[in-house]
Amino acid sequence: MDMQAKSPKLGIKERYALLTRDLGWEPSYQPKERIFPYTRYEGIKIHDWDKWEDPFRLTMDAYWKYQAEKERKFYAIVDAHAQNNGHLNISDARYLTALKLFLQAISPGEYAAHKGFARIGREFEGVGTQVACQMQSIDEIRHAQTQIHAISNYNKYYDGFHAFAQQRDRMWYNTVPRSFFDDAMTGGPFEFITAIGFAFEYVLTNLLFVPFMSGAAYNGDMATVTFGFSAQSDEARHMTLGLECIKFMLEQDPDNLPIVQKWLDKWFWRGLRILTLVGAMMDYMLPKRVMSWKEAWQIYGVENGGALFRDLARYGIRVPKGWEIATESADHVSHQLMLGLYQWSFGTAFHAWIPTDEDMEWLSAKYPDTFDRYYRPRWDHIRKMEAAGTPYANVGLAQLCNVCQLPAVFTEPGDPTRHCHREHEYKGEKYHFCSDGCRDIFLDEPEKYVQSWLPMPQLFAAPNFGDVGKWMDWVGLVPGQDNGDYQNSRDKASFEAWKRQASAS
Amino acid sequence: MPVAAIGEYEFAPRDHAGLYGDNQIVYFCWEGHLLFAAPFITFVPRDVTLGQYLNDTIRPLLGPDPDAVALNWATAQWSNGPAPFTPDFDATITDNGIGHKDKIIMRTPGLCTLMPDS
Repeated sequence: MDMQAKSPKLGIKERYALLTRDLGWEPSYQPKERIFPYTRYEGIKIHDWDKWEDPFRLTMDAYWKYQAEKERKFYAIVDAHAQNNGHLNISDARYLTALKLFLQAISPGEYAAHKGFARIGREFEGVGTQVACQMQSIDEIRHAQTQIHAISNYNKYYDGFHAFAQQRDRMWYNTVPRSFFDDAMTGGPFEFITAIGFAFEYVLTNLLFVPFMSGAAYNGDMATVTFGFSAQSDEARHMTLGLECIKFMLEQDPDNLPIVQKWLDKWFWRGLRILTLVGAMMDYMLPKRVMSWKEAWQIYGVENGGALFRDLARYGIRVPKGWEIATESADHVSHQLMLGLYQWSFGTAFHAWIPTDEDMEWLSAKYPDTFDRYYRPRWDHIRKMEAAGTPYANVGLAQLCNVCQLPAVFTEPGDPTRHCHREHEYKGEKYHFCSDGCRDIFLDEPEKYVQSWLPMPQLFAAPNFGDVGKWMDWVGLVPGQDNGDYQNSRDKASFEAWKRQASAS
Repeated sequence: MPVAAIGEYEFAPRDHAGLYGDNQIVYFCWEGHLLFAAPFITFVPRDVTLGQYLNDTIRPLLGPDPDAVALNWATAQWSNGPAPFTPDFDATITDNGIGHKDKIIMRTPGLCTLMPDS
């Protein structure tokens, strides 16, 4: 009887070649320019798409297998968390503010990234690039889904989680990350991947995920830690894709350098502005803190980012514009934004509070040059108003920056006692900015940013005409439940009552 | 630089004066008074006097600042964005040269309880 010889298993390299690169073909009915009409207009010149390297060499079949396994583990843990009242294991209900801010502001970005990568996966010409973008697109929608499941668990018990989609579109602080992603998605495919794949995923992601996930772990939120771990292995791939894309553009043609540098300048600054929200979270919202924003910037920005840009210097890339200002402002921005979030907490779907003595001691130790000198006097005054029975609420609304869309809380570089005022007139209309960084982004593409949908000016236009009550309804904010000071909140009362019940039984 | 685009790229601004009827947006900042985390955005009829605007709209907003009681419009220094101007409190906002989305910056040297002495 003849023995049937088993066909040898394919090596990784061969598998990758067959299941990735071999999926492409040379078109014969249509010119490439018509099949891929968006890869030239940004000015980036690519001569050989096959030079694209995929260091992971992941094929779709292996991808599905890994992801399915992670998915099963993730949902097993999330189910256990739900069944065992895992929400009562968090350190303190103040932690929920950090979680709400993350889920309201950042999670929609995962979905936006999914849409963007799906689109550029179609728009890019090279097969290696297309497959890598397709995988990232699927990763991102998976991250959005896992985070929305986290919302759904917490929404059963706490306020502020119930109007995710409405708040994503309309809530004023959520337009900060939303405008970031809209800006990226309305760029071409190369700008998009520089913005999201490199500036956000590579340069800044550690400043977002590490503090947030460690914060969740320190504060007993195992459901969030689980989605963090589940996403982390994807992030490594995303970072590599972003870096590879930058190197690919720079190696393909020397004319690409000034365009790439301009995008790095822009997207570093836009990303840094979003991370102000993370800074406020790290310094003020975690009952058990991980590290200060300033320390995180020192480690992940100055040290890691600095090393990255030294590495990229051989292509002619320099550190992004605004890098030094970022370092100086790391001593200030979290305090400046948190003072804002506290005084505008009538308009936020999370609670804020006056830092306790213990909090202020920590802030003073972490910010020895600035907290006591500039920020403690304001908190002390706010505390005095509270004690006098006239708690501080800023009943005015804030001027927003026309580019980053944050309230203009930032001060003049070198002078933390004065707001930074920047304005520019374009075609008879005036525009205001929080910084030189944001103003320069406007000046480069004014036609784009005249379209900024700024929530504060819009509150005064149709359909709300300055009526804050109507506005709350429109953004999905239930006054007296979702907003205001933590001390009087239903979240605090419920959490404490349930904890007592759990320890009594 | 023009936007790199695949076609004509021109859109109307989203906060032009036409959207606000007889009112306009005016920004207001009390320089150095950072208890107010950001400059204010206010919404005001074009034909009110500057004095009415300051007394009716701005003064109530500034109440929480410990220096608010000592504040005197007449001795403050004023600018519209970076350009200094001499206010006429009895003239309208428009006659004071304050247009839609302009920013009034008021400086009161010496009044700065919550700031360190420089």
